[in-house]
Amino acid sequence: MDGKYGKYGGRFVPEVLMQAVTELEEAYTEAQQDAKFQQELNYYLSEYAGRPTPLYYAENLTRKVDGAKIYLKREDLAHGGAHKINNTLGQALLAKRMGKTRVIAETGAGQHGVATAMAAAVLGLKAEIYMGTDDMARQRLNVFRMNLLGAKVHPVEAGSKTMKDAINDAFRDWVTNLQNTHYLIGSVVGPHPYPMMVRDFQCVIGNELRAECLQKEARLPDAVVACVGGGSNAAGTFFPFEDEASVKLYGVEAAGEGLETGKHAASLGAGAEGVFHGMLTYVLQDAEGQIQNTHSVSAGLDYPGVGPEHSFLNALGRAEYACATDKEAVDAFLALSQTEGIIPALESSHALAFGMKLAKKMKKKQTVVVTLSGRGDKDVESVAKFMGAKI
Amino acid sequence: MSAISEVFGKLKAQGNGALVGYVMAGDPTPELTPLIAGALVRGGIDILELGIPFSDPIADGPTIQAASVRALKAKTTPKMVLETAKAIKKQHNIPIAAMTYYNPVFKMGLEKFFTLSKRSKVDGVIIPDLPMEEAADLKKAAVASGTDTIFLAAPSTTNERLTKIVAGTSGFLYLVSHFGVTGAKTAVADSTLSLVKRVLPFTAGRIPLAVGFGVSKPEHVKRILAAGADGVIVGSAFVNIIAADQGNPKEMLAKLEATTKKLKQATLK
Repeated sequence: MDGKYGKYGGRFVPEVLMQAVTELEEAYTEAQQDAKFQQELNYYLSEYAGRPTPLYYAENLTRKVDGAKIYLKREDLAHGGAHKINNTLGQALLAKRMGKTRVIAETGAGQHGVATAMAAAVLGLKAEIYMGTDDMARQRLNVFRMNLLGAKVHPVEAGSKTMKDAINDAFRDWVTNLQNTHYLIGSVVGPHPYPMMVRDFQCVIGNELRAECLQKEARLPDAVVACVGGGSNAAGTFFPFEDEASVKLYGVEAAGEGLETGKHAASLGAGAEGVFHGMLTYVLQDAEGQIQNTHSVSAGLDYPGVGPEHSFLNALGRAEYACATDKEAVDAFLALSQTEGIIPALESSHALAFGMKLAKKMKKKQTVVVTLSGRGDKDVESVAKFMGAKI
Repeated sequence: MSAISEVFGKLKAQGNGALVGYVMAGDPTPELTPLIAGALVRGGIDILELGIPFSDPIADGPTIQAASVRALKAKTTPKMVLETAKAIKKQHNIPIAAMTYYNPVFKMGLEKFFTLSKRSKVDGVIIPDLPMEEAADLKKAAVASGTDTIFLAAPSTTNERLTKIVAGTSGFLYLVSHFGVTGAKTAVADSTLSLVKRVLPFTAGRIPLAVGFGVSKPEHVKRILAAGADGVIVGSAFVNIIAADQGNPKEMLAKLEATTKKLKQATLK
């Protein structure tokens, strides 16, 4: 297995990590075939993380939009408030199985850091989280949550002080502490087997929503929509539908202040092929191949690369990738809060913004499912700031 | 035989080790790089490793990360570094290996990169985030232009992989001394010496073996060479001097030359 999606993906890591990623791939393959591992994971997903999450028919929002029926896959109701726990439980169990005692992780919005801290706490692992200082400032509530959960947060001052720099420092920690440490990557990025493994752990989203949609609508959805930073909730949403030609797949990237301003995080929308963080994929870079700083109102989408499988689905045309600006995301954030009483994460608000536009153009008997990847309590301060409100 | 392995061979015949000196091109300014290279050459380096800055150097510790930031701030581009190499080659008879991450090379395009590096008489490339398994295209382009591809081995490299890496590397084998990133260390760990001894049977008679990461003092050099390595790579120790004296180039160049002399002395039998 070379971990390639078409030409994308691969394993572009320093030699010192080659053995570690090979061992990880072997351990993961073994675990996948071990009924006991799957049983244990399923136990934690249901008893601890609260799965399955509902597929909620957003009737008020549908009425407001006046188009196709809008359903929300409520990952915001999973333990920790986001889909991130699906992956952290899987990888933390795998880390234990491999005899590791310590997990490290990067985090942008803090949701993956929190989910890592939770999984580590419940499974008895030590957790250390790398986070850019810019992200720490805009997500300080999550920083304190990680501390409360017993995790240590390492501030990362380098570069853009956001997620990409946190990943750099996590890699540096990993090469230094390979023997006892598992690097718990939070998205479908990095060297093989991470993009595949994280997607597999997140497939619970798409598998559930498929069954739930069949139950409620007696048919598959016409379209599914998910936001894409690295792209883990989108990968987990899309994968179970990849062979269903009738289901349209839409990924939504962060257009920030607009693609034309250069202040955005749309790697597929405005990037070029490059090699970054262990993978060949679409990357936001300058003419010399230097990775560019990104901008998005949502820290979780603020990443200059994208999972290699998304680059592949984009090249194939199997999934379409659109984007939503900061303003469109905040508008969707407010719309959902006010029509349904659900405060969505700013990341998920990008998917929602596009999903609403899409639904409006579709027939009323059709259905759109938007994966609501997380809840927005963490973003209340950012939204207030964006709106110029004082709290 | 390439210019790089020839230098190793010549030194070995005399019973001496090779000193490979690394600096980041463009740090602190592109104008100073040829002068810095000159100071290292006068001090006695045998091979120059010239860094092309990259925004996200995951194999590097704080010293070289900061050097990358300074070089990028000074608007250093891959093309400029290759031109600088050409200028250095005109003044000094020294083999040069360009060290960078894969994306700047990938972005320029392999063919163009190796055309330019050949024109600049660059002798080899070192790309720490490009393992053997992903390097087929690069290797092809490098061979076509007569450029060495210097691969790395690490403490975690199994004997099985070592055989493949030794077969694929040219110029020398770059052995990473410990689990971790680049950066000056206070002492050489015993594990580094046993690592050298584990790797030697694979390289002996095939390809020179040089050890880098953390090597910064004459006593480090002596211990590593005594364990059987053919050379050492020193980087952060030089970059620390450049960082400390960036406001006083005269002082910086004098210190670089003096430090190099002491390190070179330690490579002699």
